[in-house]
Parts: sequence; structure tokens; C-alpha cells
Amino acid sequence: MFEIVERQEMAQGTIISNWIKAPKIAAKAKPGQFVILRANEKGERIPLTMADTDPAKGLINIIYMVVGKSTALFKTLQVGQGYIDVIGPLGQPTHLEKVGKVICVGGGTGIAVLHPITRGLKQIGNFVYSVIGARSKDLLILEDKMKAASDEMMICTDDGTYGHKGFVTDKLKETLEKDKDIKLAVCIGPVPMMKFCCKVTKEFGVKTLVSLNPIMVDGTGMCGCCRVKVEGKMQFACVDGPEFEGHEVDWDELDLRLRSYMVEEKVSYDQFKECHGGGKCSCCS
Amino acid sequence: MSEEVKAPKKEKIPRQKMPEQPANERRRNFEEVPYGYTPELAMKEAERCIQCKDPRCKQGCPVEIDIPGFIKHIKEGEFEAAIRNLWEKNSLPAVCGRVCPQEVQCEGLCILGKKDEPVAIGNLERFAADYQREHGKQILPPKADPTGKKVAVVGAGPAGLTVAGDLLLKGHDVHIFEALHGPGGVLLYGIPEFRLPKAIVFQECNFLERMGATIEVNAVIGRSETVDELLERFDAVFLGVGAGLPVFLKIPGEHYIGVYSANEYLTRSNLMKAYEFPVYDTPIVKGKSVATFGGGNVAMDCARTALRLGADHSYIIYRRSMAELPARTAEVHHAEEEGVEFLLLNNPTRFLGDDATGRLTGVEVLKMELGEPDASGRRRPVPIKGSEYTVEIDTAVIAIGSGSNPLLTKSTPGLALNKWGYIVADPKTGKTMKPRVWAGGDIVTGSATVILAMGAGRLASNSIHDYLTYGW
Ligand SMILES: Cc1cc2nc3c(=O)[nH]c(=O)nc-3n(C[C@H](O)[C@H](O)[C@H](O)COP(=O)(O)OP(=O)(O)OC[C@H]3O[C@@H](n4cnc5c(N)ncnc54)[C@H](O)[C@@H]3O)c2cc1C
Ligand SMILES: Cc1cc2nc3c(=O)[nH]c(=O)nc-3n(C[C@H](O)[C@H](O)[C@H](O)COP(=O)(O)OP(=O)(O)OC[C@H]3O[C@@H](n4cnc5c(N)ncnc54)[C@H](O)[C@@H]3O)c2cc1C
Ligand code: SF4
Ligand code: FES
Repeated sequence: MFEIVERQEMAQGTIISNWIKAPKIAAKAKPGQFVILRANEKGERIPLTMADTDPAKGLINIIYMVVGKSTALFKTLQVGQGYIDVIGPLGQPTHLEKVGKVICVGGGTGIAVLHPITRGLKQIGNFVYSVIGARSKDLLILEDKMKAASDEMMICTDDGTYGHKGFVTDKLKETLEKDKDIKLAVCIGPVPMMKFCCKVTKEFGVKTLVSLNPIMVDGTGMCGCCRVKVEGKMQFACVDGPEFEGHEVDWDELDLRLRSYMVEEKVSYDQFKECHGGGKCSCCS
Repeated sequence: MSEEVKAPKKEKIPRQKMPEQPANERRRNFEEVPYGYTPELAMKEAERCIQCKDPRCKQGCPVEIDIPGFIKHIKEGEFEAAIRNLWEKNSLPAVCGRVCPQEVQCEGLCILGKKDEPVAIGNLERFAADYQREHGKQILPPKADPTGKKVAVVGAGPAGLTVAGDLLLKGHDVHIFEALHGPGGVLLYGIPEFRLPKAIVFQECNFLERMGATIEVNAVIGRSETVDELLERFDAVFLGVGAGLPVFLKIPGEHYIGVYSANEYLTRSNLMKAYEFPVYDTPIVKGKSVATFGGGNVAMDCARTALRLGADHSYIIYRRSMAELPARTAEVHHAEEEGVEFLLLNNPTRFLGDDATGRLTGVEVLKMELGEPDASGRRRPVPIKGSEYTVEIDTAVIAIGSGSNPLLTKSTPGLALNKWGYIVADPKTGKTMKPRVWAGGDIVTGSATVILAMGAGRLASNSIHDYLTYGW
């Protein structure tokens, strides 16, 4: 078992952070890589990015939003309990490069994925702007960590309860207009957010990295479930990605494929809410 | 007794059928199709073997099992002796008895087959193994004294398991690294429960653990550790990572929801037990009308899985004719009995879908006719112009083969690869171009069979043992 040694609820319990004991993975992991976890024998293989690692203590950090059955099941796991399987590190690490000025844009739990990349980009000497956003003030995560990893940080909330009222794309556009020296944008968040960020950066001709989250099974390039279209070619996000050049991604296809199991996901989540150890789902195995 | 009475002429025994689940029941469940022989049936079938002096059947067996030898033991009711005989050449007889293409191997050559039906060698092999598992003593074969040498086996498929078993017996320390969360390779994630119960695979792997092997799952070599790092800790490394790369048709519309690679479809169903959704968490599209593309064992497994997941129509769409289907005869026969519909001499040209929901709605196919023989000697299918028509489907499974997965090979400098990305290894020893590294199974030959992977494992284990004992 891979034990949870620290657990924290964020964004009013909608987002959970776990520090998990996985020394082999912690020793190898680089920013941008992910792991696949299973809670129990009947569980699904769920991909989550490593938000941080502590190789000295042999720990990895995941931060996930509760969106369905499996993440809800993960939420029930307390300190001292754990996952039966943690596989990784998977995927290509972010290619961290000194380019001068960069802008990092994160939305929702995407901020957790963005943070280690932002920190890495700053550590190697880039000037880092960052824009982070959430629906509302109390759903915003990792503000302090992002602040420490940036030279200049902007905050947006959809409802205006904190920072700029509006989308992260507003601030992205504003900054790109103001500073023509920005050479690279990294945008990570929900698909629509990444898609619109790419629209903006394309206007300015700024290279943009995104991190894609298609549905996965094995995470080793064996099944092809995670296929995405980039530059008109089929790529496997689990081995060729998860980061890609954003201007080349076929967003509509990704968006559709993410909805593959909408019906089943609802069945599964409803069953879970009713079950509570009643043997109808995987929660009691 | 009067002298006139002659001994009655020995009645010819027909080939004994294995009792099996009726087709109309089994097409909706995942339980194993044939129940196996009873001891009586097995002994009766064994009696058919005429114990050839120079047995042809043995020549057809890639690992040269002493076929008349083990059959004789069964005939005499010495079931433990039969299994010991099998184990000498084959460490996974319960698996091979079920999945080997006997009709082109041992049974294809059996002398009886010239006039009559061949001896049911596969069924007998399966019987001996099952009888041992269900009734026999838990016998552990004797192990040589520990040598202190350590071997890393990468991939827990038939090739890797064979290497592990052999080297354990010879006293070496064996550590198996497996990328998935369970060992068995294709036996676990590919071949369905109704053809190869997973309990058998678990038992085989558990046997290795009792013999002293360490099986480390969730270890993706190339990512979690590299081969070069393994070489620092181990005296030798065997690579048996299989041919785990899905091949797509490369026609328009493959992104639609409901289009699967065979690997994904079978992994969801077998490894993740999606057929028990929602008790198990992993979902699968349960199509009402499913088309599987391809004609091998993998395609048959997919088409039969689709029926069991509730399909009203399960089609096999194959561009050649029935005679060219590469699948085991038994599987084609079972598929037909269960109601799989064969659309032969048909080639898909594009998938059709609903762009609002992203769901697959059909496939356009082109009719073919057989032309001149090609390099493989099979008549080449040629398209009939203007013969396109649409088959309405909501699920498609692409089972036209697999390729070499570059994850490990790309991260291992010094390995030589052929033009398809498979590892170059000496066919007699499994030695690769990289010192202290051996390879075998599908990652060397491309997708082949369980027994060929095991045969390659056997050769490699002999070579590894020689190296560990005498040096190069
Ligand atoms: C490489 C990668 C890294 C990711 N990193 C993070 C992260 O750091 N934090 C985070 O909150 N989320 C992350 N995700 C998304 C996360 O995996 C999904 O939210 C999770 O699988 C949902 O499972 P569920 O059962 O709770 O919800 P479900 O009800 O099953 O699904 C909710 C949504 O999640 C998506 N999803 C479902 N199953 C999978 C699957 N097996 N793989 C991928 N997506 C799936 C579906 O599109 C669905 O619409 C990442 C995804 C990928 C591919
Ligand atoms: C659906 C299906 C049906 C089949 N039916 C038959 C049949 O009826 N009869 C028959 O004889 N053959 C059949 N075959 C073929 C047969 O299963 C294969 O030829 C055989 O399993 C090959 O064995 P292997 O050990 O080389 O590889 P595999 O069985 O593929 O095992 C390789 C293992 O290595 C693991 N691995 C891969 N990469 C890594 C890595 N980087 N690090 C660690 N581990 C890794 C994989 O997860 C896997 O467990 C079938 C195949 C399929 C897919
Ligand atoms: S060829 Fe047939 S009859 Fe002869 S030994 Fe082999 S199985 Fe028996
Ligand atoms: S998740 Fe299976 S190939 Fe990427």
C-alpha cells in the first residue's frame, strides 16, 4: 500500500491534497509528470499530476478536484490509509528552458499542475508573470505558492470576489499587449480555458504549452485511449505528452472524447452516494 | 473358454468432445466455455494415441513436449506422472492446453489426422494441468543451491514467467518487474476470462512467488527505472515486454466515442473487469451493434466479448475470406456458434459519427474480391470499385495487429532494433547487442503465440544460466 502521510482539504473540500509515500517515484519525478493511482482492487486507474515531490522524505504530492466516483472515493482516504497502486512517474517532463520572459496561466485545479512548472521556469532564471483564476475566492488554491514562484502575479475570479472580475484570458491578453518580450506561455486548466488562452496567444504569436487530460487506462502507450490530435497527427498523451504545443491541438475532439462515459460516470457516482459499504460499488472492497 | 471365440475387434474410439456451455447461454456470460475432460473422458481420449515410435506430433510442438509420453500416463490413470512429464518442457500447461493453435502444431501433424481426427492433444494437456491444480498435491519442484546471482526479468508475460521459473530452479535470485498492476501479460489483460480464467494465471504467478521470485508490479521500466539502472543491481536482465502498441486503421473518424483499439477494449474488460461495472469502477461502451476489424485470435476475443457485454449484433469485418482467417479454428467455430456475424471480403474506409455527441454511428466499407496470391502466398484482396456500403454500428474495435511499444527500447541505449522497432536478439540464445541483456517473446518476433514466447524464454534462460555459471 502507498500510504497517505498528510492530507489537506482545499477550496471548501472540493479539492484535496495528499502527500503519499512513494520513494521510488519521488526520486525520479520531474515537473510535468504524472502518476496513475488506484484506491482498491475494484478501482479505476486514475491519472493525476504530481503537484510536488519531496525526494528526501520519499513523498509525492497530488492535488485533485472531486468530480466523480473515483475522486470522491479518494476523498474518503485518510492519513494512515492509502492507495493499492501508484504507478509512475509517467509522461514526458516539461522541457524547462530559459527564454527570458514567460507567462503561466492556471485555472481551477490546473494551478496545481502549473505550480511546479512555474517554479522550475523561475528557478532557471526566467522572469515569470502568472495569472491564476477560479470561479470564486474560496475556490482559489495555491495562491501563496504561486506568488513565491512568480515575479508578478495576477488573480481573477469569475464572480469578482477576489482580484479581477472575469476570466484569466483577460489578464493574459492585457499582459501580452503590455509586454512584447514574452516568449512563452504555459496554460493549464479546464479544456475551454486552455482553448481560449491559445486563441489569445496565437494572436500574439507566442508559443504556448498546454497539459492535456484525456481519459487514460494504462498510461504506458499500450491502449490508445488517450489519443489526441496534434498538428493533425494522432498522439498518445500518456507517452508523447501530456504537454503539447497548444496552437496545434484539436480541442473540439478532446472535448468530445472527454465525454465518452458521461452516462456511466453518473451511474457510478450515484451508486457510490447510495452505497456506503452496501456492496453495490467498489467503496467497500 | 472355447478356442474359436476371437477377441472382439477393437472398436474405434471417436475423438472425445470436451463438454462445454451451450452457445446460447455462454454468449451472455464470461465463464469459461469448455468445462474440460472428466478423468474418464481423458483416459478414453488418451487411448486413441497409437504411441508412435517416431511421433510426428512432437515435431510440431515448439517446445518439444514428449507428447506420447504424457498421454500414456493419462491413459493409465497416472495423472501426476503426466503433469511431471509436461512440466519438464512446459511450465504453463494449463494455459497452453487452452490457447495454443494445436491444429497447426502438434495436432496438425498427428498421424491419426491423416484419415481421421487427430488425438486431442491440447485437451489432454489441459486436463493433466487442471487435474493437478484441483486434486493434486502442491508439489514444489526441487531447487538448486542458491548461486547468489541476481536476474531482473522485465515483463511478466509468458516469456518473462518462463525465464523466471527456469532460473529459480537453477538457484538464481529472480526479480520480475511488471508495468501493470498485475502479472500475466496478455494472459491477464488480453485473453478473456471465458477462454482463460484469470484464476489460472494468478495461480501460475503465485507458484513462482512460492518458488522464491519477487514480483514487483507497477514498475514501468524506462520510466520508474531504466535498464541501465537495473544492470547496476543485477547480473543479467531479460526483456520480455511484449508487443504492446495499438495499431489503428488510419481512416477518418477514429476519434469518435465508441472506437477502441483491441488493447483498450480487452484491457477494460479483462484487466479492469468493466463487465462488472458498476461494481468495478472502470466503464466500457456496451454497444448494441459492434464491429471488430481483423481476423485473428484477438479479433475473435473482441467479437465474443462484445456479445457478452450485451450486443445484439457482433460483426467481424475482415478483408480476406474465411479460409485466410488467422485465428485458431476452435475460436472461429466458437464465435460462429455464439452468433458472431462474419462480413468477409470487406474493408473499412471511414467511420461515421454524430458530430454533436461525438458518438460513432456507422462504418463505411468497401467490398473486396480475391486476386493473385501475394508474398505470403495468400490471395490478395482487391477492392471492387463503387461497392461501398454502410454498416450501422455504435462500437468499433480495431484488432488488426499490434506493434512494438517504444517506451522501454527508446530509453535503453545500446539495444539494436529492427526496422519495425523490435529488439534484435540471437534466435538461439536471446542475447541482444547490449551486454548482459537478453530478450524474447513478442518484443523480438512481433505478435506471435504464447508457446513461442515461452520457447524463447527457455532458450534465453539457458543462455543466462550459462553466462552466470561460466561467463560469456
Ligand atoms: C495526465 C493527467 C493528469 C491529471 N492531473 C490532474 C490533477 O492533477 N488534478 C485533478 O484534479 N485532475 C487531474 N486529471 C483529471 C483526473 O484524472 C480526472 O478528473 C479523474 O479521472 C476523474 O475521475 P472520477 O471518477 O472522479 O470522475 P468521473 O465521473 O469518472 O469523470 C469526470 C471527468 O473526468 C474525466 N475522466 C474520467 N476518467 C478518467 C481517466 N481514467 N483519466 C482521465 N480523465 C478521466 C472525464 O472526462 C470526466 O468528464 C488529470 C488527468 C490526466 C490525463
Ligand atoms: C487478445 C489476444 C488473444 C491471444 N490469443 C492467443 C491464443 O489463443 N494463443 C496463443 O498462442 N497466443 C495468443 N495471443 C498471443 C500471445 O498472448 C502473445 O504472443 C504472448 O502473450 C507474448 O508473450 P510475451 O511474454 O512476449 O509478452 P506479453 O504477454 O505481451 O507480456 C509482456 C508484459 O510486459 C509488460 N511490460 C511492457 N512494457 C513494460 C515495461 N516497460 N516495464 C515493465 N513491464 C512491461 C506488459 O505489461 C506485459 O505484462 C493472443 C494475444 C492477444 C492480445
Ligand atoms: S502423432 Fe498422434 S498418435 Fe502419434 S504419438 Fe503423437 S498424438 Fe499419438
Ligand atoms: S493511456 Fe493507454 S495509451 Fe495512453
